[in-house]
Amino acid sequence: MAIKVRGEKDFYIGVLYLALGAAGLWFGQTYPFGTPARMGAGFFPVIIAGLLVIFGLVAICRGLAVDGPEVGPIDFKGIALITASVVAFGLLLRPAGLIVAIVISGLIAASANDRFKLGWQALLGLFAFAACCALVFVTGLGLPISIFGTAFAGLYR
Amino acid sequence: MDIFANLMLGVSVSFTPANLLYCFVGTILGTAIGVLPGLGPVATIAMLLPITFGLPPESALIMLAGIYYGAQYGGSTTAILVNLPGEPSSVVTAIDGHQMARKGQAGRALSTAAIGSFIAGTIATLLIAVFAPLLAAVALQFGPAEYFALMVLGLIASIVMASGALLHALGMILVGLLLGMVGTDVNSGVSRYTFGMPLLSDGLDFVVLAMGVFGIGEIIANLSNTEDRSAMTKKVTGLLPTRDDWKRILAPILRGTALGSVLGVLPGGGAALASFGSYSLEKRLARNPQEFGQGAIEGVAGPESANNAGAQTSFIPMLTLGLPSNSVMALMIGAMIIQGIQPGPSVMTSQPALFWGLIVSMWAGNLMLLVLNLPLIGLWVKMISIPYHYLYPIIIIFCAIGVFSVNNTTFDVFGMAIFGIAGYAVRKLDAEPAPLLLAFILGPMMEEYLRRALLFAKGDFSVFLIRPISAGLILVAVVLLATLLLPSIRKKREEVFQEE
Repeated sequence: MAIKVRGEKDFYIGVLYLALGAAGLWFGQTYPFGTPARMGAGFFPVIIAGLLVIFGLVAICRGLAVDGPEVGPIDFKGIALITASVVAFGLLLRPAGLIVAIVISGLIAASANDRFKLGWQALLGLFAFAACCALVFVTGLGLPISIFGTAFAGLYR
Repeated sequence: MDIFANLMLGVSVSFTPANLLYCFVGTILGTAIGVLPGLGPVATIAMLLPITFGLPPESALIMLAGIYYGAQYGGSTTAILVNLPGEPSSVVTAIDGHQMARKGQAGRALSTAAIGSFIAGTIATLLIAVFAPLLAAVALQFGPAEYFALMVLGLIASIVMASGALLHALGMILVGLLLGMVGTDVNSGVSRYTFGMPLLSDGLDFVVLAMGVFGIGEIIANLSNTEDRSAMTKKVTGLLPTRDDWKRILAPILRGTALGSVLGVLPGGGAALASFGSYSLEKRLARNPQEFGQGAIEGVAGPESANNAGAQTSFIPMLTLGLPSNSVMALMIGAMIIQGIQPGPSVMTSQPALFWGLIVSMWAGNLMLLVLNLPLIGLWVKMISIPYHYLYPIIIIFCAIGVFSVNNTTFDVFGMAIFGIAGYAVRKLDAEPAPLLLAFILGPMMEEYLRRALLFAKGDFSVFLIRPISAGLILVAVVLLATLLLPSIRKKREEVFQEE
């Protein structure tokens, strides 16, 4: 008989906990464990990870035995675009500077919304917002971020 | 008198023009971000944290406290006007507050909330001034075993208010503890879970975790909810309560304050518990219980006061024991550490100006909320009506700038992206991330106190049960966990969160 997942949320969180706990144990057992009186670096992590493995197993069993709610639709497009937006900001900030990073990552983030249309309003808004950020964070609060990145260094220096 | 002298010291610190300004800016910014639907106080504080980095410690904490009250008040505003509570503690406010708003009494509901919060805040501030020194004196008697037991209790208590299945919340605590282990072990110098990345040797940054899980993760989750928020954006009128209203709200405010002050001290999100408690108390005491749920002004006054009093007194364990009682306080502790202050019983004696300045500025912040927010209500209403699809790219960029500026490294920005995905995943699986953040902050402290307690006891685990205070705390934690596991309570708890 095939095993059937009856409570998806329980089952998958169980898998997540089991995986994290197993990883915690796997790496944790390489650190010196010590004794209760002289706890080593591995003592606390191994206990926590061990408990997490147990919790994971319990949740998996519950997910197999008890009917529970389904996970529901997963917004893969949202995950991908929002993550891409944050990553783009990180990648662009140093080489291209704050303005470019904000505009590009803002465009990527905004495109996660179905109603978003790339037009002059969106671009204008983003540039205005980027300028405000530059003023507030760099000029005003003095955060060490360059407004124009190293790629533009030759243009204004 | 001692308290008087201390409060005067506080006044002298917090009523300097600069600090009043920071308090003011904090409350305004906190309210502005807090009214945005879907952004609770944790996300708001995490987002605004970086702007306090350049300030001296007193000003930074004063501003953060202002942000906190502002965010809470903003959350209530949103709850009342559009029935979108940003956090558990304003769920209750939304019940009757939104009904009042629908009947065209939004102004009355908002001013009741503001006045209730102010009275509660004033009383709770005095309570802090009286009891914090006493508790700090007790705290000096605490050994490592007591601290460890208290942290266990705090973590167990934090799942009381966490929505979703109990098992999931307990697991989130363990994940948080494990994430707290990343970095160099302070005792042995062993690198744990760093995978050879030198940037991880100082451990994960809690701002990265908080903004990823609460900021980015929440945005991804919100993208698919396309709800209508235009409902209550008509003009809010009739701001001041009438003489008759005053009669009706005064007793609920005082009762709510008492309940909130007591519950707020307890670890684990006491403020939210207090507002639920106050609501059922008022409903039971009311002469018109059938009005509750239909827009009873008492149902706004009581819970809002309880909520605010609890929010204030939750500073007590943070300031005296160095222990966060909820995830907002966890953030405050993180902020203090960034400022180079190690929270604990010694803060009061070693940094009296900071301690009392913060306490007095709490009151100042509450006053500012009352004076400024009622006139500015039109502005907040406008902010609420900004469509989410304009808002979220801006929030993402603020988070990214903020997270980068903590350590000036893009590594943290990528880390935030990863925790964003993780935050979305656990939300999808019905596990609330608030206990995770608390556990993450407490993890290293817990390990350290466990190590010390066991070292003194020569490895004998019974030390936690022999020492009376620690045994008492462990007992409370066990009883709490057992009650949570009782089928009837469990069902009730799930029902409460169903309504959200």
